[in-house]
Amino acid sequence: MKDLSLTGYRRENGRVGVRNYVVVIPVDDISNAAAEGVSYLIRDVMALPHPYGRLQFGEDLELTFDTLIGHGRNPNVAAAVVIGIEPKWTNRIVEGIAETGKPVAGFSIERQGDLKTIEAASRKAMEFVQWASERPREVISLGDLWVSAKCGESDTTLGLASNPAVGRLLERLIAEGATAIFGESSEVTGGEDRIADQAASPQVREDFLKAFQAYQDFIISTGADLLGSQPTEGNIRGGLSTIEEKAMGNIQKMGRNKVASVLKPAQEPKGPGLHFMDSSSAAAEMVTLCAAGGSVLHFFTTGQGNIIGHPIIPVMKITANPLTVKTMTEHVDVDLSAMLPLEMTLDEGADQIMDCLVHTINGRLSAAEALRHNEFVLTKLYRSA
Amino acid sequence: MKHAALMHERDDDVAVVIRDISPGTKILAVDMEGREVVTVSAAQEIPLGHKIAVRDIKKGEKIKKYGRSIGKATQDIEQGAHVHVQNIKSERWG
Repeated sequence: MKDLSLTGYRRENGRVGVRNYVVVIPVDDISNAAAEGVSYLIRDVMALPHPYGRLQFGEDLELTFDTLIGHGRNPNVAAAVVIGIEPKWTNRIVEGIAETGKPVAGFSIERQGDLKTIEAASRKAMEFVQWASERPREVISLGDLWVSAKCGESDTTLGLASNPAVGRLLERLIAEGATAIFGESSEVTGGEDRIADQAASPQVREDFLKAFQAYQDFIISTGADLLGSQPTEGNIRGGLSTIEEKAMGNIQKMGRNKVASVLKPAQEPKGPGLHFMDSSSAAAEMVTLCAAGGSVLHFFTTGQGNIIGHPIIPVMKITANPLTVKTMTEHVDVDLSAMLPLEMTLDEGADQIMDCLVHTINGRLSAAEALRHNEFVLTKLYRSA
Repeated sequence: MKHAALMHERDDDVAVVIRDISPGTKILAVDMEGREVVTVSAAQEIPLGHKIAVRDIKKGEKIKKYGRSIGKATQDIEQGAHVHVQNIKSERWG
């Protein structure tokens, strides 16, 4: 392999980021205004507004905490400011992020009001951003990377070309010691046996089948007809007829990698290799869960043209559909359409993604970043109290 | 003749067309290594990325793609026909 000259940001806990953000994380919906207030005042500070965080309970509340803490912990984040309505939950988020050793500070609004909170948080954010702006890029290796992969607005070109190419690339990255996350518990229906067969151990196989079955049971319990939702209307327009067909295309992203573990939503992997995260297939929810689990860069294959991005991790858009390349050029990072006429081999397709990956790691903005696609979407497990 | 359709496995029942196809067009379907599998005549318009039947399929038969069933035929499907939600149904959901 040629010298890749990769650079990134090595954080206090040894993890490596490819971006260098200072973020303001609202603990709850009503703290969005203050968080955004800070981001308006101080340059290069990004707020992560979201609609939840009040009166959630149980597993659903824990997932919101894990997701918010995970974003603060993500190595693409240099430092974080947390703002909540009251101090207790705010501190819980702060403490979760502080474990990484990175700078973090929390502010709560009650007994202060928005304006005083914004002032105090802005002073801290300014200090953080000036400090972060001096963090140097250092030489990193492929093995330092934690990445993730999922597809969206899929069509038949994913199974033929873009997903096998991502699978081939993940084989190469994992051979170098990298960590990767995939998932989409409902969307592997009809290909679940293939994932189970690639489990690294009988325990992982059992964990996977359990997570898979729980999602099936949930879907069946709603009594709904999934046609039109899974496959989506976009999938159907692109030629996918059944969930089994969609699943077989989806799971090509695994390549020949063994599945090292099954992760809960937003959970960080405990070692290198490919990990299955129990997750929705909705693009922004899944990418947000991957970022919470520590992914610093996402491979997103699309057929009909899903345009998703994420505020703190670059989302690389990969497609082999020539119509999408032609009509949605500004969203496409990697064009694999030459694979359909067999003018580009699978390995050459993986090379194309690798080339784009190197540029993206080193700081080139992905299409979704340049287009300000900052979808930050929490997964809600059930109704709030 | 340049291929107009790809097949994941040589014994699949369907091929995926790689460009928009008009009725009556002769379609060469090849495997992923580019080896010829079959030539069929398109019975209908088939959009890029959609499936064409490479053999006659009887109602109730499983339809094979990726070397395995992706659902059942809900009606008889003739070679060259467009295979999609109007004539195939999941055996899992929906």
